[in-house]
Amino acid sequence: MADTAEKLIVKKLNAYFNKHHALHDVTLSFADKRVAAIIGPSGCGKSTLVRCLNRMHEVVPGARANGEVLLDGENIYGDDIDPVQVRRRIGMVFQKPTPFPTMSIEDNVAAGLTLNGASISRAERDQIVERSLRQAALWEEVKDRLRRPGASLSGGQQQRLCVARALAVKPEVLLMDEPCSALDPISTARIEELLLELKAEFTIVIVTHNMQQAARCSDMTAFMYTGNLIEYGETKQIFTNPTRRETEDYITGRFG
Amino acid sequence: MDHTQQPQHTNRQYEEDLRGLRAGLLKMGGLVERQIAEAIEALVNRDSDHAREVIERDQEVNRLDIENDEQCIRLLALHQPTASDLRFITTGLKITTDLERIGDNAVNICERALELNEVPQLKPYIDLPRMAEIAQTMVKDSIDAFMRDDTDLADQVIDRDDEVDMLNYQVYRELLSYMAEDPHTISSATRLLFVSKYLERIADHATNIAEMVVYMVKGKMIKHVETRKREAREAS
Repeated sequence: MADTAEKLIVKKLNAYFNKHHALHDVTLSFADKRVAAIIGPSGCGKSTLVRCLNRMHEVVPGARANGEVLLDGENIYGDDIDPVQVRRRIGMVFQKPTPFPTMSIEDNVAAGLTLNGASISRAERDQIVERSLRQAALWEEVKDRLRRPGASLSGGQQQRLCVARALAVKPEVLLMDEPCSALDPISTARIEELLLELKAEFTIVIVTHNMQQAARCSDMTAFMYTGNLIEYGETKQIFTNPTRRETEDYITGRFG
Repeated sequence: MDHTQQPQHTNRQYEEDLRGLRAGLLKMGGLVERQIAEAIEALVNRDSDHAREVIERDQEVNRLDIENDEQCIRLLALHQPTASDLRFITTGLKITTDLERIGDNAVNICERALELNEVPQLKPYIDLPRMAEIAQTMVKDSIDAFMRDDTDLADQVIDRDDEVDMLNYQVYRELLSYMAEDPHTISSATRLLFVSKYLERIADHATNIAEMVVYMVKGKMIKHVETRKREAREAS
């Protein structure tokens, strides 16, 4: 694992909601083409951390962040950086599936392409739609009904549609904020399998409340508590022999 | 991390199940210690009735083995244990097997005692009770180390294994000389050799338990150090 390049490096990241200090000097790095899981109790700052990674945190009124997040060595919080471009390179999938309900399946996938104002040919668009749906392991299920509305799909399919939409703009990093919390175990298993396939091409950071999910599908695990990064290490080590007492108590269910 | 200082689990059923496993293993450890002591008593006193009692009581050891196994499997299936809990349960799963085998060794000693009691005694038993005492202490200490997360005590158990191995060799040499001198002693001497071997195996099982205790407490495997060192050398 040591020989892989660091795709995202977070240095002394602090985040605030008005006066509330939500992240304290968080420093860690995410290796290229690996899955990192972030675990911790509600309110520990794990969602805030991933939202800072593609400058989504600051869109909430009163929210701000400082520190550095280096994407391939370049600080995404630099003065001349366009947050929209950052979000193209670092995509995100949310807790609840969020397809555009009235848009067709294929329009949903292509939404990111056209919303950015880019003009592309019909053929190119169709090709991207198919590629993205295949990557999201949804193509076989929807190829005959691409004109149907996104909302006609099941919850699990909708979430994979959102993954396809995020992949359509060819991001380098994929952030997932509890992507399975609204899904049944079968749909969850499909998303997890998808993660293992996607990491061949993307760097993935997943926030999860489900520790077994972190154990099953991540290479590295970060444990956060009260806005601090408590421990970050190889998933196998975190789940068999964590170094920090707080991690131990949390993952063994000894949390007060 | 020392379980005695850990806060309790939020899930009380989980906490209870873990305590249940701990109690089950403690009970089995105590019973197996008694089996070793009584097996040797039956041998030394040439008391066949006593030997049969010990053999009969092995049913109880087997029952506890099944109970402990089931408790471990239940914990793994229902609670998806992690970290120190995972190490405790997997250690428990292995310890119960070692204890069950120790129980079988005690039965084997009794079976040989029953056979030996059919013929006149070859010689006074001196080294065998000594070996049995050390082996029994090793079992007791390994279980205490497990209960108290005590790696120092576990290390002591591991160190004592050499002592038993040495006694085993001593007994072997002595019995060999009897057999060389008078072939009529072969039948009894081989049976006593077996007894010595059973005691040596008991000490090995206690050593396994002690090694697992070190794993449980420190998360570090100390078993088969030589094998792993050699593999590392060959790989580099």
